[in-house]
Amino acid sequence: MQFASVLPLVFQNLGVSRQGKLLLDNLNTTVESAGTTIILGPNGAGKSLLLRIAHGLDLPDQGSLQWNQQTPQPGEPWRAFVFQKPVFLQRSVYANLEYVLKLNKIGKTNCDSLIREALQHTGLAELAARSARTLSGGEQQRLNIARAWILKPKVMLLDEPTAELDPSGVATIEMLIKAIAQQCTKIVMTTHSLGQAKRLASDILFLHQGRLIEHTSANLFFSQPETDLAKDFIAGKLLNNH
Amino acid sequence: MKYRLLKVIAAVYFLTLNPAMGNSFITLVSTTSTENSGLLDNIVPKFREQSKINVRVVAVGTGRAMKLGEMGDADMILVHHRASEEEFVSKGFGIERSEVMYNDFVIVGPPEDPANIRYENRTLDALSQIYEHEMPFVSRGDDSGTHKKELELWTMAGLNAQQYSGNWYHETGAGMGATLNIANAMGAYTLSDRGTWLSFKNRDRLVLLFEDDPPLHNQYSIILVNPEHHPHIKINEARSFANWLVSDQGQQAIADFTFAGQQLFFPNAQSKHR
Amino acid sequence: MNDFSQAFSKAIWLIIQLDGDLIEIVTLSLQVSLTAVLIASMIGLPLGAALALYRFFGRGLLVAMLNTFMGLPPVVVGLVVYLILSRSGPLGMLGLLFTPTAMIIAQVCLIAPIVAALTRQTILDANDEYHEQLKALGAKPSGLMITLLWETRYSLVTNMFAGFGRAIAEVGAVLIVGGNINHSTRVMTTAIALETSRGDIELALALGIILIMLSLTVTSVVMGARHAAYKIYN
Repeated sequence: MQFASVLPLVFQNLGVSRQGKLLLDNLNTTVESAGTTIILGPNGAGKSLLLRIAHGLDLPDQGSLQWNQQTPQPGEPWRAFVFQKPVFLQRSVYANLEYVLKLNKIGKTNCDSLIREALQHTGLAELAARSARTLSGGEQQRLNIARAWILKPKVMLLDEPTAELDPSGVATIEMLIKAIAQQCTKIVMTTHSLGQAKRLASDILFLHQGRLIEHTSANLFFSQPETDLAKDFIAGKLLNNH
Repeated sequence: MKYRLLKVIAAVYFLTLNPAMGNSFITLVSTTSTENSGLLDNIVPKFREQSKINVRVVAVGTGRAMKLGEMGDADMILVHHRASEEEFVSKGFGIERSEVMYNDFVIVGPPEDPANIRYENRTLDALSQIYEHEMPFVSRGDDSGTHKKELELWTMAGLNAQQYSGNWYHETGAGMGATLNIANAMGAYTLSDRGTWLSFKNRDRLVLLFEDDPPLHNQYSIILVNPEHHPHIKINEARSFANWLVSDQGQQAIADFTFAGQQLFFPNAQSKHR
Repeated sequence: MNDFSQAFSKAIWLIIQLDGDLIEIVTLSLQVSLTAVLIASMIGLPLGAALALYRFFGRGLLVAMLNTFMGLPPVVVGLVVYLILSRSGPLGMLGLLFTPTAMIIAQVCLIAPIVAALTRQTILDANDEYHEQLKALGAKPSGLMITLLWETRYSLVTNMFAGFGRAIAEVGAVLIVGGNINHSTRVMTTAIALETSRGDIELALALGIILIMLSLTVTSVVMGARHAAYKIYN
């Protein structure tokens, strides 16, 4: 299994506090399975922060997060991060992908075929010459994923990638994510959408107010949630402060 | 290649940037009066035709002209204040001072002439009238030849006008033209060299009120900057311009220069420098 | 008002008859100020970007100096450059005083701080927007500078022309180090000063009008080009 080199993902006593506020509170768990791991929880649960730490964009104050005993640094090509709101260079779609390849010193000879492949994959081939900033929201998110995928990472981290899309946009992105997951890329993704978690997740990390409430397989989480919080969340109730 | 076109453009650009490069030239620092009146623009081409030497004229006040000469930033200076000139030479900054031409100073002011100077016979009396009536007077205040002359005249009259600076005595610290503009706007008196006055166009509220008195004589001299202090001084070219100025041809060129039919400068070279 | 209309028709007349002296002065003005802007940008763009992106010793002092130097009086710059280029100054042996080169040097000193300070702000703002994303993609701090300079190129052109506007309009510095020598270092602003002192207010005003038109033309051409380029990319 090619995940051997990056998994397991281990949180150990992971804690973050900012300005006296505890944002992540002593998280401990291990993600071993391939498939798609969904970090689920209401707004303010600390989902994005956890994901950012997994890419090395933020550092924990306590404990550690390690991919196969490695602390992540931003810019390691085996891992890619997809922001909820992508920032594109003021260049064409093609040039935005080319930029990533240049950053990673991919030889010019391979560039074009890699870019064409990524565009094909995300259905953007027709838009290669368009300026990235003039794309629609859905197209932008596809380009965002193409940009992450182009280096064929072993892990892709996605932060609420469909939060700002309409239903058809959501469906397209979810299809893309599924396809990528099937190509043996480990997906870790945050969402606050139950439906999305159901559709995509193989296992679920349920967070609430900075604490890890449950970490189980998706089937178990939805059929037999262990905690009241999880039950309430699945039932669509507002979660009170516990 | 588009880069070739770029190179050609760059080459043309930089060649035209310093157009006089390669030509022989000297730098003459002169008073503003000789520049503002257009004299040098008129006679320099005549010299250039003969000698193939171009004269670049930088116009500043006499005080600064001497400073520029002292620092070696000019090859020669054309100025008009005898005492300063002699000091400049005696200190070793300049050599071969030659008197070239003269004109005179005039007092101009508002046509109503509230200080009643137009009927005075002596310059010093005219100034005393202005002083006593505390009429607005604009001084160059810039250490130029004209300014030095004006201060001398006050001193000769035994008056200390500068103590009224900011009251009725206004120091502009500017060139002759700028000072005339200010006098015009203020309805004030001022001392001007005749050349600048005659060629000055913006004198709607100024008239000539006092002239023709020996103390108002205005002598221009040329001095070469001492090459012993500054080896880069183009002494031969500078000397040939100085010689031309005092030659019959140069003197004639000065006499021939007129503005609106009036001669502005009167050649009076004494053939050899003193 | 009569003065203005007369000056205006004089300005038009000077332009349509392609007055030789006028062309010479306009050409030199453009050459000096455009060259100054180019050189000032070569200094100011990387300097401003570095000040925005990197922390190094003396950075705070440099930023404070830049902000102060943005408002330097041209006369002071002229005086300092004069003292340096004077035959009695440290670079006197180059013989640059009273040449267009000296005027370019003075204008570079005048506008490089402006270009640098404005660039710093532009890059700071851009960095806020791009930093996370580029870091996540694996951009190294060293490469960030080039990327951000290119990304903000349209704003930077505007910054450069803020510098150009100041350069072409200033008279204090070029008068001192250039000397306003006819056919050699006379530019629009020094010619205007000269004609004013000659009392030829009409001609001075006409030249002033031409200077404004010139500035307007250059700015429109550049902004037009900028807009066209922007359209291609966006």
